[in-house]
Amino acid sequence: MANKDIDITVRTGTVHALCGENGAGKSTLMKILYGMQQPDEGTITVNGETVTFNNPADAIARGIGMVHQHFMLADNLTVLENVVLGAEKLYGIGAKARAKIKELSDAYGLNVRPDVLLEELGVADRQRVEILKVLYRGAKTLILDEPTAVLVPQEVEALFDNLRELKAEGLTVIFISHKLGEVLSVADEITVIRRGTTVGTVEPAGTTTKQLAELMVGSELPTPETEESTVTDVPLLKLDGLRLAQTDLDGVERIILDDISFTIHKGEVLGIAGVEGNGQSELVEAIMGIRALNAGAIALDGTDISHVPTRRRREAGVGYIPEDRHRHGLLLEAPLWENRILGHVTEKPNSRGQLLDIRGARSDTERIIEAYDVRTPGIDVTAASLSGGNQQKLIVGREMSHEPKLLIAAHPTRGVDVGAQAAIWDHIRDARREGLAVLLISADLDELIGLSDTLRVMYRGRLVADADPATITPEELGSAMTGAATGHLEHTEDSAEDHEDDAR
Amino acid sequence: MNKLTQRIDKERLLLAIAAPLLAIVAALVVTTLVILATGKNPFDAFSDMVTYGTASDSQVYILNKATTYYLAGVAVAIGFRMNLFNIGVDGQYRIAAFFAAVLGGALTTPGWISIPLIILCAMGTGAVWAGIAGVLKVTRGVSEVISTIMLNAIATAIIAYLLQPGKLAELQAGGTVVSTKPLRSSSYFFQIDTGPAGELWGFIFIAVLVGIAYWFVLGRTRFGFDLRTVGQSESAAAASGVSVKKMIATSMLISGAIAGLIGMPTLLNDSHQFSNDFPTGIGFTGIAIALLGRNNPVGIALGALLWGFLERTTNHLEFQGYDKEILGVIQGVIVLCVVIAYEVVRRYGLKRQQQRVGAELAAQAAAPTEKQEVA
Repeated sequence: MANKDIDITVRTGTVHALCGENGAGKSTLMKILYGMQQPDEGTITVNGETVTFNNPADAIARGIGMVHQHFMLADNLTVLENVVLGAEKLYGIGAKARAKIKELSDAYGLNVRPDVLLEELGVADRQRVEILKVLYRGAKTLILDEPTAVLVPQEVEALFDNLRELKAEGLTVIFISHKLGEVLSVADEITVIRRGTTVGTVEPAGTTTKQLAELMVGSELPTPETEESTVTDVPLLKLDGLRLAQTDLDGVERIILDDISFTIHKGEVLGIAGVEGNGQSELVEAIMGIRALNAGAIALDGTDISHVPTRRRREAGVGYIPEDRHRHGLLLEAPLWENRILGHVTEKPNSRGQLLDIRGARSDTERIIEAYDVRTPGIDVTAASLSGGNQQKLIVGREMSHEPKLLIAAHPTRGVDVGAQAAIWDHIRDARREGLAVLLISADLDELIGLSDTLRVMYRGRLVADADPATITPEELGSAMTGAATGHLEHTEDSAEDHEDDAR
Repeated sequence: MNKLTQRIDKERLLLAIAAPLLAIVAALVVTTLVILATGKNPFDAFSDMVTYGTASDSQVYILNKATTYYLAGVAVAIGFRMNLFNIGVDGQYRIAAFFAAVLGGALTTPGWISIPLIILCAMGTGAVWAGIAGVLKVTRGVSEVISTIMLNAIATAIIAYLLQPGKLAELQAGGTVVSTKPLRSSSYFFQIDTGPAGELWGFIFIAVLVGIAYWFVLGRTRFGFDLRTVGQSESAAAASGVSVKKMIATSMLISGAIAGLIGMPTLLNDSHQFSNDFPTGIGFTGIAIALLGRNNPVGIALGALLWGFLERTTNHLEFQGYDKEILGVIQGVIVLCVVIAYEVVRRYGLKRQQQRVGAELAAQAAAPTEKQEVA
């Protein structure tokens, strides 16, 4: 059961935040509100009228619109075309539509340019297009599903300004998030959901993040902080002048990675901050050997692996927690024990010679499930039937079971519940203490700052800045992530002022 | 906990059987309606099919046919497990059988040398023909569906060109049949005399071996695991260290090599030469059988036997005054129903399992020892 006894009252003209850890049932609730799923019991009342939503169209007809976490936009169309797509009947596709977009954009301060191709827009702009799309369809109540997950702190502020505009114009916003600081700063009312039930509604005034966290998980939130440094001076992974370019269909060469050099030592966690899509995924794929380099060299533990195939790199001790576990980390329709073999088919206990060691793999899967607390009724169920957190724990367990020297962790706690998050952090910390080198990529700046020994900022395929995680704040990191600051970032007391370092 | 796992497995087995059963029942219903529409009694037809199909000579005939179909099913299934649609099995087995027949006709060596040579030649030719599509896909990104369809046509043209007197074929005595030079009788594959029921082709044992090898390689070896991984998710396979391109090329070669075997039961056990009336279209039959058998070695065998049975019995129906097109109707409906039923059952099974696991974990979470959310 994902939801039971949910009671929420949202007043018109307010920003109402919905808080809860991952897996608490927020998304299910939203799907019900948006007509994508039907409740087994209970009612929804809009403006005093009891309604049933059989599909999203019903919800839109009642003025409820949804801005999804993952944007549903077409890259090769303009903003105008994206907004109009599927709603051609409302204002046509010509001048009338353009006028309406302009009107909405001005009224709510969205600053949308109708004729720009979507592919030229950044994440924050795309989000505004999504919001406009919903408004264009006549929504009076907007549901925003984790809207800040993809934004840097500065963009979050801009988004909140937009939300305040919407509120001022009499619209209602339902804002889903598990970032407590944000919730407190923007919401008029906060409803907390735990294990599928509402546990309370609070006013932000007079509530602290700590109180909110306790409401959310019933205990204190885990923090990603590490204890004393375990960094040694033995280099383990050395990247030297990595360059990756791709020629697109028009024959234009696009540089994806440019002159990336860094060294990770044994016992060191190197964190890479950056807005998604600035080359982090490609960097990981280059180190894993999934993408071929155009120039540069990668050395693992003193051996050059620049042209070694992926499998040999994994055998040499590279553990990999991919950012998209469904695409890169699991076979969703295969049982857990086959997923335990994935990526390590040549290694013990999964195989002997050319033959699979099914018994060995199965018993080792049992061990991982036990040791990493993967909640599952057995090892013969498919990976798809586990929750995100348990899938991730299985992956972490698998990668840690082959004595890695280097762990590449891309968004290791994305979409997992608080319990799993704390466990995954513990595993990374433990491994680091035993001399593991970790390359950490994350969009969660608190996680990045908390776990890393060294921080780098990636922007448009280059490492543009570095920072000391002991002193830096997420806001200061954020300004480098948008390209506003480069060089060595120094923490200043008053604000995130940009510092140019002569060292670079 | 163990109990739940068992229950899930039992359910999975039940679902696996449900799909083809559903398809066959649906096909029976449709066939009944079709026969009714032609104004004849469908139940007489069915009872005739059963009586005739279970006669001993029919049994041998069906087994012989199924041998060929089984090899075709396996050849296609190898591609399917990789998410490759090898439509070219048809061209591959025909051109393989042709060149094997040419080689066999020319060989004067004793049987224990020439038979393996003929078989190897067929497998090699099939592999090369499929390999062309594999190389095109890996290097140029050409869809294997398109390239293998074209290669089928090219194979037809090449065989037609070479199967002429003066090229690689000769005019047989009687002057009506053009064929490759017949195999010497020492190159015939052994067969089992079953008395009045006819001869059971010895190649059935090769087919069984192929089935066992298929099961073993896919299920028990590292290579098989890699192959299945690519079939389930190319992106996960690449991340896990499988060279997807190499795997595509390799599996095309293997699929083609097995396709090369398809013509061998006919060539070595029956016709002993390649002529214009060499069976065609078996590659497409293989697609239907692989679908029906769910790429499972035993399932494919059942599918092949069913196909043999339908062919044998509907042939006989023709003499009873029924229309022979009934065969096409039954086969077509079965394949359509199978494809639909599998997808429906697969989705249902996945969803059901997810719900069960969720329910089980929720029950666990309700226990007081639990401290974290699991749903």
